Amino acid sequence: MRYLPLEDADRAAMRAKIGVGHVDELFKAVPADKLLGELPALPNAKGEMEVERELGRLAACNSAAASVPFFVGAGAYRHHVPATVDHLIQRSEFLTSYTPYQPEITQGTLQYLFEFQTQVANLLAMDVANASMYDGSTAAAEAVLMAHRVTRRKKALVSGGLHPQYREVIETLSRWGDAAVSTMPADPTGAEDIASRIDGETSCVVVQYPSFYGTIRDLTAIADAAHAKGALLIVVVTEVVALGLIKPPGEMGADIVAAEGQSIGNGLNFGGPYVGLFATKQKYVRQMPGRLCGETVDAEGKRGFVLTLSTREQHIRREKATSNICTNSGLCALAWTIHMTLLGETGLKRLAEINHANAVALADKLASVRGVEVLTGAFFNEFTIRVPTDGRNVIDALAKRGVMGGVPAARLEPKRRDLHDLIVVASTEINTDADRSALATALAEVLR
Amino acid sequence: MLRFSKDHEWVHVEGDLATIGITVHAQGQLGDVVFVEVPEAGRKVAAGEAVAVVESVKAASDVYAPLSGEVVEANGALADSPALVNEDAEGKAWFFKVRLADKSQLDGLMDRAAYDQFVAEHG
Repeated sequence: MRYLPLEDADRAAMRAKIGVGHVDELFKAVPADKLLGELPALPNAKGEMEVERELGRLAACNSAAASVPFFVGAGAYRHHVPATVDHLIQRSEFLTSYTPYQPEITQGTLQYLFEFQTQVANLLAMDVANASMYDGSTAAAEAVLMAHRVTRRKKALVSGGLHPQYREVIETLSRWGDAAVSTMPADPTGAEDIASRIDGETSCVVVQYPSFYGTIRDLTAIADAAHAKGALLIVVVTEVVALGLIKPPGEMGADIVAAEGQSIGNGLNFGGPYVGLFATKQKYVRQMPGRLCGETVDAEGKRGFVLTLSTREQHIRREKATSNICTNSGLCALAWTIHMTLLGETGLKRLAEINHANAVALADKLASVRGVEVLTGAFFNEFTIRVPTDGRNVIDALAKRGVMGGVPAARLEPKRRDLHDLIVVASTEINTDADRSALATALAEVLR
Repeated sequence: MLRFSKDHEWVHVEGDLATIGITVHAQGQLGDVVFVEVPEAGRKVAAGEAVAVVESVKAASDVYAPLSGEVVEANGALADSPALVNEDAEGKAWFFKVRLADKSQLDGLMDRAAYDQFVAEHG
């Protein structure tokens, strides 16, 4: 095949067709201050060793999560991933496999996806789960769009305890679908009364559990209030390890659950790739987005697996598809299911207990630091503290002392002055007593 | 007497009540029907609006309201036995009934002979 580059006449014809005068107009959605203008001065050529040396020097400027006491969470959690997981997912049958359109040659991929779905549905206590989404935030936005289809309404009511970036993803997708998003004020303590805000136009209520700030509350009353008004309850989970200990969303009346699965089997990966979990009730399965793998029997009556209910999907249903997602996070889902299989139900519960115990120990330690107030009552492995000054400055000062102390709320909600003194702190099984002491000591120094 | 739309729906009118389904030709094109979604009673529909879904082993298609009005009843039997659409498309497998808002819209539909010719010409 020859590669024929476009010529100026081709470009002009395309611009004329779509009514664009200059190619820059296609990029006007990018804020001006984010455009580079011209490339930075880079040397034309360097030797391999020189490049390695220079990049090594730059990399050493980072505080890598594994190299410091690390308490950063807020949607992405550093957990121990057993070496078995990486070893198995790097088998070429898994690593290089493509979307399993042909069941006769993809039984291995289809079987692990089926097992993944089964584990997700069990963990969330929901009827049916799909073969995964891109990540938790896009899964949450897809859940909102699905609720709009189910209810034929177009207004989402979003809790002030939802991760701010998840809210932004929901807002972005809603904007292009002419749907409304109504957001409750930020809710660091889990005190909001969202049930009374549900009305006859509300398609869904979106609540995070545990919340962005770490609070845990029973959602049954919110589910009942939503259902009484014909709305759906969407539960978002960003730390699925919590479900080893706390009541699963399906037992509290959730209609759709959208979760970030990164905590199981997947590293921090600089923010991605991650794996979105998506589950719902059987009666809504045809409005579900994404791939769905099903169990069946072949012509000889032997158990086998296929992609199913594909008529929901874009390659068949075109513009009437439930979503434009035409794939899933296959390898991350595989890592998730291998790790979950290694843990088993008992192992997950034990892991969750260690996480919670570590976070409680940390909260007790930080509460004794002068100037620190622990705001969160019931929490899993993450909670919010109030400090007497801007949380961003505190976190920067801690980083200078070699401790990654958490996520300042103001970093995700820069316009919210009332949140500037809050820090969201997470502690997983990786943290030791020494780590906790290092944070408490550094925090005492910084606040002195 | 049945009347037919270019979207392959049939309409049977008694008084101001129209019973609507998909044609024998349409079910033949779809193949084995595995799922049907019908509109809820009380829903106001406009002519040309997608109001139901019929899904076969090879395709999913919208079913359009050929006439404007209010849905008064939907065929609940189709949810449990979608294969009824293949067995008796222009009889027991009716989809929904609409109380017509404007009976003059019937003039825009075809009779059997015109529909047969339409199918022969357009496939």
